[in-house]
Parts: sequence; C-alpha cells; structure tokens
Amino acid sequence: MMPGDVKGWDRNQMAERAARELEDGMYVNLGIGIPTLVANYVGDKEITLQSENGMLGMGAFPYEGEEDPDLINAGKQTITELNRTAYFDSATSFGMIRGGKIAAAILGAMEVAENGDLANWMIPGKLVKGMGGAMDLVAGVGRVIVVMDHTNKAGASKLLKECSLPLTGKGVVDRIITNLGVLDVAEGGLKIVECAEGVTEDEIRAATDATIV
Amino acid sequence: MKKVYANATEALDGLLQDGMTIAAGGFGLCGIPELLLQAIKDHGAKDLTFASNNAGVDDFGIGILLQSRQVKKMMSSYVGENAEFMRQYLAGELEIEFNPQGTLAERMRAGGAGIPGFYTKTGVGTQVAEGKEHKDFDGETYILERGIVADLSIVKAWKADDTGNLVFRKTARNFNPPAAMCGKVCIAEVEEIVPRGTLDPDNIHLPGIYVHRLIQGDHEKRIEQVTTRKRENA
Repeated sequence: MMPGDVKGWDRNQMAERAARELEDGMYVNLGIGIPTLVANYVGDKEITLQSENGMLGMGAFPYEGEEDPDLINAGKQTITELNRTAYFDSATSFGMIRGGKIAAAILGAMEVAENGDLANWMIPGKLVKGMGGAMDLVAGVGRVIVVMDHTNKAGASKLLKECSLPLTGKGVVDRIITNLGVLDVAEGGLKIVECAEGVTEDEIRAATDATIV
Repeated sequence: MKKVYANATEALDGLLQDGMTIAAGGFGLCGIPELLLQAIKDHGAKDLTFASNNAGVDDFGIGILLQSRQVKKMMSSYVGENAEFMRQYLAGELEIEFNPQGTLAERMRAGGAGIPGFYTKTGVGTQVAEGKEHKDFDGETYILERGIVADLSIVKAWKADDTGNLVFRKTARNFNPPAAMCGKVCIAEVEEIVPRGTLDPDNIHLPGIYVHRLIQGDHEKRIEQVTTRKRENA
C-alpha cells in the first residue's frame, strides 16, 4: 500500500454501513464528522434526527441566503426544519436522551475498549473543550454505535484492551464500525461481525489491540 | 407590578454584585441574552460565576466578559470556540467546572423546581463522578448531582407580553427556560413585547411567574457557523 492509503471502507462507505443499523421509525442522534454523513444514506426509512440543543426532525443545510440564526444544530451549524419538526428546551431534550427514548446514537471516538468503555472528549495536557452532550448520550440512548478509523494517524489501534484517555462512558458501546469492518462488544472482548470489502479477519486481528473473541 | 424596563442597564439596576452566580441561556451564540451581557460588561461587576452551556466566542456573548476579566468561573459543557477562554484557563486565571450538557440543564431545571439534587447515570465511571455520592437503583449505579440556584438569571426570548410570559423561536429556546427557572431573579430580553391577549395562552413556552424584569431591544443574532447547500440547477 502507498503511504496514506487506507484499506477497506472510506468515510462515505462507513456512513453507508452505519445507516444500515437504523430502522424505519427510529429517533436517532448523530454526532459530528462521519456520523453526520449517515443521514445521506437512510434511503426510504423515516428516521427522525434529534439535535440535542432542542429539536426533533432536523432537516438539511439551508440554501444560501436562507440561514436562520435561531435554527442551528448541536455543531452550531445553520440547518432547516421539516414538516414534522418539534422544538423544545435543553432540559426536555436531555430528558428524552437520559430517559432512553432515543433509539440510537452514532458517534465518533478516540478510543474504544473491549469492555465497551468509550473515550472521545479530552486529551490530558491538550486543549480541553468539554464533553458537551456526549456523556449524557452514551449513558442514556438505547444503542451506542461508534464510527471511526480502525487506527490512529500513527497506525496504532484505536480498539484497545483498556482506554488510556479519560472516559466519556463506562461499558457503553454496543457496536463499532471502522474502515476495516464491524465489531460488537461481546463477553470477553470484541467480536468481528463483518469485514469491509477486501479485508480479511486476520487483517482486522492484526490491526486490533483489543481481545478478539 | 411593572416588569418592563427601558433598557438592559436599567433592568440590571441594583442586581449586580461582585462574586455573584449568574445563569445564562443560549446554546453557542444562538438565543443568548446579548444585550444584558453587554450591560454587565459596562457595569463592571467582577469575579462572576456563570452557569452557561458555552462561553461565547472571543468578541461576542460571554466572551466579552472574559476579555474584560469579569469572570472567575464557568460551569459549562463545551467551551471549544473561545481562544481567550483557553488562554485564561491554561494560565490558571479562570476556573472551569465541566458539566455534561444534560446534567447542566437538569441542574438548572431542578434548582428552579425546588429539587436540591437528583440521581443520574450520566458520567458514572468518568471524571465527572469523582467525589459524588453513588447510589444503586434497580441494579444500576447513579450519581448525585445538585440543583443550581443562581443569584441572577439572564435569558433571551422572541416575544413576551408585559407580564413576562415568554415565547421562544426554533432552537433559540435551548437553555433559556431552565436558566430562567433557576434564578432568584430573572431578567428576559426579547425582540418584541406584544400587548396582553396577543400571545396564545396554550402556547406560552415559559410562564411569566419566572420572569421578574423584561426589556425589548435590537439583537445582532450572530451566526457561529454559516453552513449552506447549493441549489440544484433547474
């Protein structure tokens, strides 16, 4: 492989694979980055996107000149509403998150451990920005699906025996979708569910620090 | 009782003190009480603690009070958009208490609703849980979080009547209702004060009982991240 060449799925293919996790009628919260792209691949399924700053039924980005300062998503980007949108305050928004009403959250991560621990909010010694709503989401929603590259820029596994970074949640991750394939958090470690096109189980094992069961 | 004041400075008269805790509504720059923040800057009250989801940007929102060194501590969930915040924090000039976003919202709501504390799963097993009471319910572990009661709340709404009944617009509602609820005194700034009887009583988002003072003013409503899509060619 050429340097910089990444084997397996690209960002859009990872998003497309993640979209297959969603079922018609689900209420879902999508994180920033690749998870945002998942909305492009839901097809005919009626998926209602929650934005934790107080909205169910998030629409596309507005056309130029139609931006509304009162209508943004949790990433502070301008968005639009749908004909079934509902607005509410932040306490109500996190009531539905904490209360388990949101079926799934799809989010990025820095590290995932084989017991489902998730780290995605801070790197000690670097700039600390805060956890936003990530801790509430992973503690509250029905299913937590992580979408991320299998390895970091240095080539080291992001799927670990134990997280080295401060946790966002303990034992919260259900499924991990990486450029190499799909893994579930299972008894005793991670279980390979699916390999990306052109990737073998042995290649996933070789790129993974976590125990594969 | 008259709740309507001429401007933000008059509405704040007699309420500001050094070292006080202020709960502020808004998410990012959306729905922030920009006129009241400017008036607090002009007043000069210092050593302030702000319970606010974010800290604004360098030159707008709470950021203007960071620039003038009036803030001692922030209780927030995310402060990533403010370089001056980072500089003061890394230099040890500013305290930050990170709260998970939903925990912060519920702490405000609870404080305003007479609930001194509540148990939540959010943050169990993380730094957030350190030093907090843990308790098991039905086989799951929860931590105790305290309600917030602020000395003063400042919020922004779209419309009000002169009794302080508030209506918000789209996602600009966000933290404004819980922030308003948790203050011993709450000041709301709105885009328009309408005559009594104009607002639909079935569609009041925050009843006027929570609002003690009220101003109408012109808002810049700055957008933090303009994101658009291209029109498809016909």
